[in-house]
Amino acid sequence: MEKALHIEKLSKAFGGTPAVKNLSFDIDQGEIFGLLGPNGAGKSTTINMVSGICRIDTGQITAFGYDNRTHYRQTRRMLGVVHQEIVIDNFFTIDQALSLHAGYYGVEDDPAWRQELIDRLDLGPHLDKVMLKLSGGMKRRFMIAKALIHRPKLLILDEPTAGVDVELRHGLWDFMREINRNGTTILLTTHYLEEAEQMCDRIAIMNHGELVALEPTRELVRRLSRRTLKLWLDNPLESIPAGLEAYHPRLTGNGRQLILCLPTDQGIGELLHQLSALHLGVNDFETEQSGLEEVFLQLTRSGGDS
Amino acid sequence: MSGSNGQGIFRPWLPFTTLLRKEVLRFWRVASQTLLTPIITASLYLFVFGATLGERISVLEGFNYAQFVIPGLIMMGVINNSFANCSSSLFMSRYLGGIVDLLVTPVSPAQFILAYTLAAMLRGALVGLVTWLISTLFAVLPWSSPLLAILMAILASFLFAQFGLIAAIYAKNFDTLSMYGNFLILPLIYLGGVFYPISILSAPWSNLSYLNPLFYLIDGFRHAILGVGDISFALAFGVSSLLAVALFCWAAWLIGSGKRLRS
Repeated sequence: MEKALHIEKLSKAFGGTPAVKNLSFDIDQGEIFGLLGPNGAGKSTTINMVSGICRIDTGQITAFGYDNRTHYRQTRRMLGVVHQEIVIDNFFTIDQALSLHAGYYGVEDDPAWRQELIDRLDLGPHLDKVMLKLSGGMKRRFMIAKALIHRPKLLILDEPTAGVDVELRHGLWDFMREINRNGTTILLTTHYLEEAEQMCDRIAIMNHGELVALEPTRELVRRLSRRTLKLWLDNPLESIPAGLEAYHPRLTGNGRQLILCLPTDQGIGELLHQLSALHLGVNDFETEQSGLEEVFLQLTRSGGDS
Repeated sequence: MSGSNGQGIFRPWLPFTTLLRKEVLRFWRVASQTLLTPIITASLYLFVFGATLGERISVLEGFNYAQFVIPGLIMMGVINNSFANCSSSLFMSRYLGGIVDLLVTPVSPAQFILAYTLAAMLRGALVGLVTWLISTLFAVLPWSSPLLAILMAILASFLFAQFGLIAAIYAKNFDTLSMYGNFLILPLIYLGGVFYPISILSAPWSNLSYLNPLFYLIDGFRHAILGVGDISFALAFGVSSLLAVALFCWAAWLIGSGKRLRS
């Protein structure tokens, strides 16, 4: 099966400053793929090169087997793009803009599908409003409807929920999952890492224009995250006992709380044996698993080691 | 859900007709600015030069001043509005960011240029047509060669639609854009023979006027209507056509390469 998106050795510089450096990755059909990174990492530049807003310096992008430069009409009609910036045209109402938008993609307006999008995104009460009169959340929902109006095979969401309240955000993600179940591949960038962790099958992390990680979400979190073990001791310690250095120990709470870090692939049993051998009386304990956020910070602060 | 991923048949010309429809709807929705205002302006000119001066002065033998000035006023409306439609629509899209909605679609550069151009030509034609209809209250034109007159009007609107696209792409802000209209087109129109024949000027002004590209458009149009002009119709048409081709190539290069549109 053709890849939904194939990016090979992609590079882009603005005024001599590299924004994307030799980037390569694939997205399978039917995936929800997260492209994450701090501000200025090159995510939006990459997405803009995929969608055609930004010219490619070197490298190649193909969508469903079509090169996005030599066969731009084929590729673009298969893509739906929700831009990071709110893009509106104040000359038209929501309804007019939606019916026009399908035509840009060479597809006849399908009133039933348009109505379905209007209903699912709760745009019905606002159809006759010009976009200037819509709230921020409503504009976001309209942009998603616009990106889906021609039934794209690959939906690109560039920070689609930025500035959107929690309830609406959850509603939008539910809708995106449903769209995905119906066969649409999704490429997503977001700053909400918890949601990326829940939504995405695979995650790529970019930093300084380069790919620093690309793995299935669970693998990535499992491989790079750490577990923290907090121990509440019966008797306070004056110093950290020898033999625990490998666990990066810290002593807090006037010597009554010992914090140890465990690699995710190490069980807790071995450590408990060690603690027992040291005659440390444990009153209570708590483990905490770090998530994508910690992995993200780890990779982007260190400059990346995948 | 009826299915988000099942595209219908791709109709290659639908992106073009959609963009054309959108551009026409855009100026139609604000017709008070885009159509009514230029028509009122043209009507005021017609009143001043038709009702007050038209019968009293003559700058061209065999015709009163109203008959002389009306072709120029029609052409002025065509030129100004063709330019304004393309330049303001495309610049607003660039300035407000809406252009990205178009850049991600399968609209080809040729369709892009054609849609913007035809919408601009339609607006120019509407203003020109209404200006002519109002002018019939003040003078009757002989319409020596109506088809050639229409051809010159089409050429002028096409040429200034291309110029509007180019100006919108190069303009950095609204001030720059208005400078194209106020400091380039307006003086060229006024000095291009709308209100007087070039032949009544003394040297070097008459010679300098031949460097004004708008002179050829206005004189060619007037020649086709009145049957006389400062230069032959063939020269006016030839120079205007060359200029139109040059501007079209420039606009096509800009849009085809994505210059200042795609980063």
